[in-house]
Amino acid sequence: MARHVIAPVDELPPGTRKFLEIDGRPIAVFNVKGEFFGLLNRCPHQGAALCEGPLIGLASSSDPGEIEYTKLGEIIRCPWHGWEFDIRTGQSYCDPRRFRVKAYPVNVEPGTNVVKGPYVAETIAVSVESDYVVVDL
Amino acid sequence: MNIQLRDRPEASASTGIKTGIADCDIHPARATKDELYPYLAKRWHAHLETFGVHPYQGMMGGPPYPKAQPNASRRDAYPPEGGKQGSSLSFMQKQLLDPNNVVLGVLNPLDTGQGIRNQDLAGAICSAINDWQIEKWTSKDSRLKGSIVVANEDGVSAAAEIRKRAGDKNFVQVLLLSRNVEPLGQRRYWPIYEAAQEAGLPVGVHAFGFGGNPITASGWPSYYIEEMVGHSQCQQTALASLVLEGVFARFPSLKMVMVEAGFGWAPSLAWRLDKVFDRLHAEVPHLTRKPSEYIRDHIWWTTQPMEDPESRDHLFQTIEWIGWDKLLFATDYPHWDYDEPSRVLPAGVSDANRQAFYLDNAKKLYGIS
Repeated sequence: MARHVIAPVDELPPGTRKFLEIDGRPIAVFNVKGEFFGLLNRCPHQGAALCEGPLIGLASSSDPGEIEYTKLGEIIRCPWHGWEFDIRTGQSYCDPRRFRVKAYPVNVEPGTNVVKGPYVAETIAVSVESDYVVVDL
Repeated sequence: MNIQLRDRPEASASTGIKTGIADCDIHPARATKDELYPYLAKRWHAHLETFGVHPYQGMMGGPPYPKAQPNASRRDAYPPEGGKQGSSLSFMQKQLLDPNNVVLGVLNPLDTGQGIRNQDLAGAICSAINDWQIEKWTSKDSRLKGSIVVANEDGVSAAAEIRKRAGDKNFVQVLLLSRNVEPLGQRRYWPIYEAAQEAGLPVGVHAFGFGGNPITASGWPSYYIEEMVGHSQCQQTALASLVLEGVFARFPSLKMVMVEAGFGWAPSLAWRLDKVFDRLHAEVPHLTRKPSEYIRDHIWWTTQPMEDPESRDHLFQTIEWIGWDKLLFATDYPHWDYDEPSRVLPAGVSDANRQAFYLDNAKKLYGIS
């Protein structure tokens, strides 16, 4: 597993996402309210660029008439057929048994660590003064 | 919450389809409201701006059910130059035609004059849409072929428009929608079938329409999901009407295409029709063959949204009944329930049947060499 430095934290503020290719794989990294998530940007259903869809919540029901709306902003909805996946885990809410999208750990690391490595710095110039978003792949 | 850092989506998922395919349901759109004006007489510009359009259905400005995705379309299908999904030829080429190796694309415009009460206006807009298809699409990309749209509730004007376009190689079919003022076998629509048969053009019947009737046979349902599945029952009503009113008995070389309404229901509808026909044929003596025979001989089916049973054997059995020679692959681009060419057909289909499914049936039906 390699650790990839993909951006200074300042360039990926809450509510944004970054698309990139790492080792030939299309990846999207999200900042949701200060938490970072990484997903393979390919829907396991029919292959759409999954992470271009909207981030929504999860509407579910335990009993008739009881509706819960949870995981607000943590469910990615595919831009084609609307299949829903949990960006924390990659779990499908359409067909959990057969489908999952690959999720990648994302962390914020201080520049002092990133400079030392072992990191793959993509095309990012790294300095000790900043914090960086790092994807494990 | 949903701000994206990247400016533009790239063309996504390319496919594993190596040989050419036909896409028998592509929806071209207008980039701007007045894109049609150059094809309409000045009189209609003023009319549209003063009076607007008055459809049969109650909803003036859109479909009866909201569509869950913007313009019912893939969210990655907005052209980079702006405008609605499906309104840019260059982006359609980049996103659909080139990566999927589409060698024949059939255009089915949905936002036309169909369903407008003012029949002169309906006819003028339909004719304008036909000119627009040539100028904006088919003359610019020889893979694309148009569908002649007609003022569906005015059989006389519709037949005149078909005759005007007959022999024009920019068009490969006549296009109707499934939900009209009356079921499609009614005599008011016969001039359309007569003219289509005369021109040697199939008549496509696409799910949807503006006739004002609810999507179900028992009233207005609550949810969009009910409209989505309701397209199949509307289409069954249309097909039963076409068969039982004797359209195929009267127009024996007429070919029709059921577009975007499923095909899994075809065998059971035909079985039921045959069963009651055995008992009630005296009521419809104009039918000289069993209903199932008319359906098998006169009807083709586009595939999207593909039937997707858990067991592929169930799919194959259904197709065996219909015939591998009667299915026409379609994506429905740019709409959100798009079928990705490489993902629709399960393993276990012979090369000959795959070839028929993806390309040869369409070329044969539409007369493309």
